[in-house]
Amino acid sequence: MSESSNLNQTPLYGYYKENNVKMIDFGGWALPIHFTSIIEEHETVRTKAGLFDVSHMGEILIEGANATAYLNHLLTNNIASIQVNQAQYNAMCHPNGGTIDDLIVFKLSEEKYLMTPNAANKNKVWDWMNQHSQDNVTLKDLSTEMGLLALQGPKAEAILSKLSSIDLNKIQSYHFLPETTVAGISNVLIARTGYTGEDGFELYTSADQVEKLWHELLTAGTEEGIKPCGLGARDTLRLEAGLSLYGHELSDEITPLEGGIGFAVKTKKVDSFIGQEKLAEQRNHGLKRKIRGIELLDKGIAREGYPIYSEAGEEVGLVTSGTKSPTLNKSIGLVLIQDEYTTLGTTVYVGVRKKKIAAQITNTPFYKR
Amino acid sequence: MTNNKNNLYFTKDHEWVLVFESNVARVGITKYATEQLGDIVFVEVPELDSDVTIEEEMATVESVKSASEIFAPITGTITKVNDELEDSPELVNESPYESGWLAEIQFENEEELAQLMNQEAYENYVKELKEEEGQ
Repeated sequence: MSESSNLNQTPLYGYYKENNVKMIDFGGWALPIHFTSIIEEHETVRTKAGLFDVSHMGEILIEGANATAYLNHLLTNNIASIQVNQAQYNAMCHPNGGTIDDLIVFKLSEEKYLMTPNAANKNKVWDWMNQHSQDNVTLKDLSTEMGLLALQGPKAEAILSKLSSIDLNKIQSYHFLPETTVAGISNVLIARTGYTGEDGFELYTSADQVEKLWHELLTAGTEEGIKPCGLGARDTLRLEAGLSLYGHELSDEITPLEGGIGFAVKTKKVDSFIGQEKLAEQRNHGLKRKIRGIELLDKGIAREGYPIYSEAGEEVGLVTSGTKSPTLNKSIGLVLIQDEYTTLGTTVYVGVRKKKIAAQITNTPFYKR
Repeated sequence: MTNNKNNLYFTKDHEWVLVFESNVARVGITKYATEQLGDIVFVEVPELDSDVTIEEEMATVESVKSASEIFAPITGTITKVNDELEDSPELVNESPYESGWLAEIQFENEEELAQLMNQEAYENYVKELKEEEGQ
């Protein structure tokens, strides 16, 4: 019997079992880390296109006359500033500024929004939203009935256009179209979003259509060299793109300003929001610690949790994510480090087992298309 | 290496040990281990002339995803390391039993070898592991 049977399953679980795709426990979900090799899948997304099953992500529907005001109070970005069919990246915070989750909000209509929290945070977000409920706002957890596939890479548009009559060119970055038909499957939300640093789409559809959509996309992309990709490549791709990941760069103890997503925090927003006071204070007084990129100057790989030392030998930070970048063939990482050491070019040392390996504070993203 | 079946041993941690001359053993990780690790992108080999102790950390093999400690399968002194791995860590994936070897150990206590598995026992061990994984 497989260990993975105790875990949450995405709509592709049966397909993975049938095809002997090895799954791991990813935050309580049975998902493949890779289909062939992380490096191969990573390179395919950078040069062609890759297809990811990210159905573990949560989906929450927010509806009602007060939906905009309600969300604007719970989220750090300015929800009032987006148009219908536009998406927006947001953080949800505790009153002390710590991050409950980072998520994308899709504006379906003036009174209707879809929100996609991280899988591991979905219940926490759901509870928080219910604790702060308002009149004329209803919440629906659609996480189990909806599935999500991410088609990412320079060939993504060419592949998807074979299955859709929509002029995809008209869907700009962080915009979407709801209720489209893809490969004969109705009610697919096509969003030009992603988490890889490449152009691409995320396709929301009902859970029972995910497997069909998966096969249709893989078949349509054969010519372009599409490959199914696991969560291993998703992680190396987002890290190269300098994108923060909850549980690493962001947490209940790390504010979105510290965690590198300050662009999604509008401390001067007219509508007050939970955490605003603390975040404004943090922004005005300067951050004591920040997420920064590092590049190792010597051989070795920085891994999450490894300490960062100053030249004087003092511990001044911690690695939050690290890998050997498949695109750049360099050892890169993100670190949460004291503000004094965040200047570009500063030399720091990563404690790798018994050694201290020199590294340099670098610009992120490490990779830009 | 398949010609030296009698001199080939395995650990439960998926290292292989090839004893090829008096009290010198070449050490590496098995194909099963490489399959579990995925793409290997960095290998920290032991230091030359350093002493290693059975079941204690000796080297580190890192995949894209994680770092894995390699434990010394036998007590002794490192007499050779595979320098090729510094620039070509992928050799461990491509050829775990040949060009992907890690180090050579000069050992004193031959009795330690008795604790290790022979090829047949190891193959059965891996078979069981794979069955447990449902593969």
